[in-house]
Amino acid sequence: MAILDCAIIGGGPAGLTAGLYTTRGGLENVVMFEKGMPGGQITNSSEIENYPGVTGEITGMDLMTPWPAQCSKFGLVHEMVNVTRVSKNGDLFTIHKEDGTTTDAHSVIIGTGSSPRRAGFTGEDAYFGRGVSTCATCDGFFYKGKDVAVIGGGDTALEEALYLAKICNKVYLVHRRDTFRSAPNTVKRVKNTENIELVLNSVPDEVYGDNMGVTGLRVKKSDGTTREIEVPGVFIFVGNDVNNQTLIQEDGSFLCDMNEQGQVIVDISMRTSVAGLFAAGDMRIAAPKQVISAAGDGAVAALQAISYVDELLN
Amino acid sequence: MGKYIELTGADFKETLSEGVSLVDFWAPWCGPCRMIAPVIEELAEDYDGKAKICKVNTDEEQDIAVEFGIRSIPTIMFFKDGEMVDQIVGAQSKQALADKLDALLG
Repeated sequence: MAILDCAIIGGGPAGLTAGLYTTRGGLENVVMFEKGMPGGQITNSSEIENYPGVTGEITGMDLMTPWPAQCSKFGLVHEMVNVTRVSKNGDLFTIHKEDGTTTDAHSVIIGTGSSPRRAGFTGEDAYFGRGVSTCATCDGFFYKGKDVAVIGGGDTALEEALYLAKICNKVYLVHRRDTFRSAPNTVKRVKNTENIELVLNSVPDEVYGDNMGVTGLRVKKSDGTTREIEVPGVFIFVGNDVNNQTLIQEDGSFLCDMNEQGQVIVDISMRTSVAGLFAAGDMRIAAPKQVISAAGDGAVAALQAISYVDELLN
Repeated sequence: MGKYIELTGADFKETLSEGVSLVDFWAPWCGPCRMIAPVIEELAEDYDGKAKICKVNTDEEQDIAVEFGIRSIPTIMFFKDGEMVDQIVGAQSKQALADKLDALLG
């Protein structure tokens, strides 16, 4: 296989935008590696209120649906495989794939994003998929007319609590503080929703159940008392961890400089400490974790990759 | 060319009663389900004649979802001669699913 001008790792908003800009900007041999259909984590989101120019009730999936076709129009190729590692030897990058094959590339834009973080209480892992969930749009349906708990106090937690309140009988919103770090408009909507009960100054202590799945959640209040909440479903939205596994080398070190949280250190042009390697979206330092900023990063990285490849080859 | 089998309550048990089968419990509104849809299609081609690659639309086939206690999608279950032998929750890579099928096919 010919050496790629640019390999894009990840098919969320960052990777797709990088794909659009690299191909439209003149790079001819660009492959985006994504293990399934592109779209990214935002396709789990039940509502998008803040993508400029896109108004009305729109889900993450609705927002992302047209993106891949727009990219392929300019020649972006999607290879449906999981990338296990990216390495560099001299000026050449090698993309190591789960099926055991490799592909070489002159430049790499990595945008593998982040995954929902587990909150870390007893029973959370044991009941994951059997009552514990991190995707309300996926699993809310199974709790139609029932009571559920939502853990978290950020934008995602509040938006998904609102979504679940429309399907479920009652939503307990469990938050460790008594104030929310979410958009004021969203906080107001939550407070005005009758079937959302705020369980504040409380952290999950244990989720328990039987062989069919979750039956309840015990929360611990800041004053030391506990409360049992009888729910078959617990939805967790307590932030995200970056997916940086593909940057880990055989000796355990990272391909490029990272910060203590495992985020990729980039400059304002999305350049990493390794020439020809760019990072975009949720996985970079100080990422705002928004679709619009991930897409912006992808465009910035793509323009840089085009210049880099031009200089390298001409 | 292999095509996945769309299971319903009527044919679920009979289809899975013999051989190795993969069943993807999904729904149209689920992002990660949509993500793995092309993976399931490729597996159906790759395992044509070797294993049955099936899908259950949990929106339309709620009885099956209840019977198997499905509370998260995608849930992917593996059956051998009618018996459920393994399951994974969440979007998986093609390789991860192929490895499980290969292990069951021996």
